[in-house]
Amino acid sequence: MKTWRRHTLSGYSWLMLVFLYLPIAILVLYSFNDSRINATWNGFTWKWYVSLFDNRQVMQALMNSLSIGVISSVLATVLGTAASLAIKHYSLRWRNVVNGLIYLPIVIPEIMMGLALLVLFSQVHMELGKWTLIMAHVTFSMPYVMVIVSARLADMGKELEEAAQDLGATPWGTLRHVTLPLIMPGIVAGFLMSFTLSLDDFIISFFVAGPNSTTLPLYIYGLVKRGVSPEVNALSTLLIASTVLLVIIAELFRRKDSKNGQIHF
Amino acid sequence: MKTIIHLDSIEKSFHGTVVVPSFSLSIEEGEFLTLLGPSGCGKTTLLRMIAGFEEPTSGDIFLDEKPLTHVPPYQRDMNMVFQQYALFPHMTVEQNILFGLKMKKVSAAEQKQRLEEVLQYVQLTELRKRTPKQLSGGQQQRVAIARAIINNPRVLLLDEPLGALDYQLRKSLQLELKNLQKNLGITFIYVTHDQEEAMAMSDRIAVMNKGRIEQIASPAEIYNHPQTLFVATFIGENNIFRDNGTNTAVRPEKIKLYQPEADKDKHKKLGTIADAVFLGNLRKVFIRLDGQDMTVMAHQYAGDGLDWKVGDRVAIGWAQTDEVILTC
Repeated sequence: MKTWRRHTLSGYSWLMLVFLYLPIAILVLYSFNDSRINATWNGFTWKWYVSLFDNRQVMQALMNSLSIGVISSVLATVLGTAASLAIKHYSLRWRNVVNGLIYLPIVIPEIMMGLALLVLFSQVHMELGKWTLIMAHVTFSMPYVMVIVSARLADMGKELEEAAQDLGATPWGTLRHVTLPLIMPGIVAGFLMSFTLSLDDFIISFFVAGPNSTTLPLYIYGLVKRGVSPEVNALSTLLIASTVLLVIIAELFRRKDSKNGQIHF
Repeated sequence: MKTIIHLDSIEKSFHGTVVVPSFSLSIEEGEFLTLLGPSGCGKTTLLRMIAGFEEPTSGDIFLDEKPLTHVPPYQRDMNMVFQQYALFPHMTVEQNILFGLKMKKVSAAEQKQRLEEVLQYVQLTELRKRTPKQLSGGQQQRVAIARAIINNPRVLLLDEPLGALDYQLRKSLQLELKNLQKNLGITFIYVTHDQEEAMAMSDRIAVMNKGRIEQIASPAEIYNHPQTLFVATFIGENNIFRDNGTNTAVRPEKIKLYQPEADKDKHKKLGTIADAVFLGNLRKVFIRLDGQDMTVMAHQYAGDGLDWKVGDRVAIGWAQTDEVILTC
């Protein structure tokens, strides 16, 4: 009876995993397929990856994605960290109000965010392009930075900062020598999270991108309209791989123990 | 004795609720003053006001006759030992201890010299390169003290510094702390809820209840002449006899037990033994008084001769001089 139940449960878990990962596995598999047509397997090849790097448009989109990603996540990290530090000093009631407002952009449908930003940019007559993309990406990634950094700050408590002040550190000295070093893993995790979100974003970017600011997801979408080519599979595989890698690194930083600086799992 | 800290009509309220009602207090230079009371009595709030982490709602705090009320904590010439030590986890023992001198931009040569002195003093020289996580509770406690005293503060504030340690370690560190205070001549303001600790270490104890200082006096005075009902019952064990609104306290060790028939002139009350508990060096005897809903506790020491059993009839008495009349 017991073993029967256990087998069913583990079978169900495996089924769920297959359901989640099968599409991605197929996509990755066909990126190595030596055939133009996705339906048949013709043998292993790297050629789609090689041809990606010869494609000027792909490289341009990659450069756009990377530069927008770096700039927007640096901005989101700096602004988000500063905001978290400020909110900490609010009274509990205000902190709850502000926290609620911070979480809101995370749950608002992305398409609404995209539309709202588009309306805003056209209202103030900003030309759509890299800078509108950067601003949009800062808007949606800053809440994630704040959530991660605030959790870290709450974890730290106020005693260490009080101890620093008691020992003669000014508020600035306390921030520099105690608070920032202790929340640094959270800041790094927030940065990596922002970068990942920026790299992956399609919907909001779709609304606020201009003609010369095509990012990788937007480029892939453009390609797919002309049929799914093996290059698209290869490009998507690279994007997935880098995303997974970044999220894992971010998670390691987030989990870094505040007490002894060790990473544990 | 010179006054080092003076609290003048200090009052603290949080969101309109008075936590510490207005009072004044002078703390003398070089004394070991303990704030003693149950949790939530306002003793930590009081300490935090002196340290500068809380601002009094009204009243002023003076250090060496200079007002401190609006001076931020980092400019006050006093240091605090925190309850959970609050050591910086990303720094070594050495860096922790040097933090205060670094912030005050003391010269590197002096930093080094004072570090060596303090490390020797608290016997941490071997552990100087470790991080706090690699230390035991007692060692962390030493680092916390070293980190405070290296700054030569005028006053050292200690917020239940032994609370997180086990009983044996607490006992030995009590003596060490007391010696430290004597040798350095620094004024200690020590917060605890442990009356034994307060008795063993303090020059004066301020017994606090509901934000109020009920009595401030030497440990012996507090024990022998408690002024209020709270002090009488909070410090040690006591028997309270209520008579027409007057409360009289008599310590259990002052209560004498007699055979009801003998020594009639020394009797005060009659009763029955309700319970007797053997504790090694003494026997606690509980006596149910006749016609009163009250149980009296008496301490019987080995060699008192009489071996009381539950159900025995007994008379109790005490000397007039052992009575303490409580004012409220």
